[in-house]
Amino acid sequence: MLYSEKVMDHFSNPRNVGEIADADGVGEVGNAQCGDIMKMYLKIKDGAIEDVKFKTFGCGAAIATSSVATELIKGKSIDDALKLTNKAVVETLEGLPPQKLHCSVLAEQAIKAALADYYRRQGIDPTPIVGELSDCEACGHGE
Amino acid sequence: MERQIYADNAATTQMSQRVLEAMLPHLMGEYGNPSSIYGLGRSARMAVETAREQAAAVLGCLPGEIYFTSCGSESDNWAIKGVAEKMAEKGKKHIITSAFEHHAVLHTCKHLEKLGWQVTYLPVGSEGIVNPADVESAIREDTALVTIMYANNEIGTVQPIPEIGAVCKAHGVYFHTDAVQAVGHVAINVKEQNIDLLSLSGHKIHAPKGVGILYMKNGIGLPNFIDGGGQERNKRAGTENVASIVGLGKALEEANFQMGPRNSRVLAMRDKLIDGLLAIPRTRLNGSREHRLPGNVNISFEGVEGESLLLMLDLKGICASSGSACTSGSLDPSHVLLALGLPHEIAHGSLRLSINEWNTPEDIDYILQVVPEIITKLRAMSPLWERICKEEAN
Repeated sequence: MLYSEKVMDHFSNPRNVGEIADADGVGEVGNAQCGDIMKMYLKIKDGAIEDVKFKTFGCGAAIATSSVATELIKGKSIDDALKLTNKAVVETLEGLPPQKLHCSVLAEQAIKAALADYYRRQGIDPTPIVGELSDCEACGHGE
Repeated sequence: MERQIYADNAATTQMSQRVLEAMLPHLMGEYGNPSSIYGLGRSARMAVETAREQAAAVLGCLPGEIYFTSCGSESDNWAIKGVAEKMAEKGKKHIITSAFEHHAVLHTCKHLEKLGWQVTYLPVGSEGIVNPADVESAIREDTALVTIMYANNEIGTVQPIPEIGAVCKAHGVYFHTDAVQAVGHVAINVKEQNIDLLSLSGHKIHAPKGVGILYMKNGIGLPNFIDGGGQERNKRAGTENVASIVGLGKALEEANFQMGPRNSRVLAMRDKLIDGLLAIPRTRLNGSREHRLPGNVNISFEGVEGESLLLMLDLKGICASSGSACTSGSLDPSHVLLALGLPHEIAHGSLRLSINEWNTPEDIDYILQVVPEIITKLRAMSPLWERICKEEAN
């Protein structure tokens, strides 16, 4: 299995690692059983992603997809962040091995989960905006 | 990264200089076919038979009981499928193995299950050791074969092979052992240990890849594995891989030479490695420490995933291996670690370092400097570690 240089770059120097103490939305997806957990923290101001941080337990691809996803949404509007697809994450990383594609799905889901949390905190039902969130499409383990 | 430390000798080993030198003439000038009648053929035949004698001397059997194959997996397939074919005619339909065998054994057993065989997968306990009493109580009227590995490839636990051999002998059941990881590190004598069939592989003991051996006790007479010419006493056709067979004979001889002192040196480095790594909080050694190959270290680090650990080690020039799912392409971690009863999340965070006599105390110091730094870095970004720490605080 071979990772692209871009994946290795994001793996060895991950961007936006950490936590946001006074985050406006926090989302966690994946589970320990499958070997991937992603946690995203969002700071939102005037409908835009002012800051984003992540913590990930997982393989090289899981760390790289989290890192790249935070770069892709930082400074963007919530609408743009919601439009982020796993495909865009994979393209930015210049490809992922097929068995690692689920990591890019997790990254997309982690952002959506954090945005759903943001809406819930505002007293807004996130489902019509964010959609139904499935935890980990590639995996049948469940929690 | 100028520094490279190879600590994955359970995956494969570097060829030794003496093995290479023994092989070279057979790759160039001595190119005869061992089946040919003229001088060039006869000298190739002699080289193959010398290697067979070297192998027989190491295993404590007759040269005529050694069959050269292409790898350990082929030997496993031949032994298990061969016994199944032979014994099906006698109404047998049951095989006993363990839950943590190599896939060459497990997948062969799964194949036989599809053909109507019944297979008992014995538990290995938290220490990773098969209990000979469990073997005995699993034996039935229709049991054809017991196949238990000599030493486990991931956790290095050495099985009570002489005891299992004695049980099989007492019950008249064939006993096969996959000794791929054990050869060269454990004293093996197939006669004294009542082993009927044994698989080994060249590239784990400084011989080249692509050559192995099946020891088959005289009188067992398994069906041919490859039909064709008369090579390997008609049982495994195909022109012999002369150079590699010569290399394997030489490697076996070297592996058996001064095994005790070599093991002691490796053991001292291994123990330092184990103690140093266990000093990191929330780690555990997987498998028995006492009944363990001299070069095997297998440690789980809670809150860390194995593949990212391996990638970071690679960036620091350390070659190692993991039982993490992510290195296998599946979502399930190693069946060996799960067989020990490890929870999935801990099995995902395992590291296997397999050292040998070519490693140095400086290598061990370097690994012990690098691994804790990487664990700290990965744990700092792990939400699982955060959860573990919170649970501990409560």
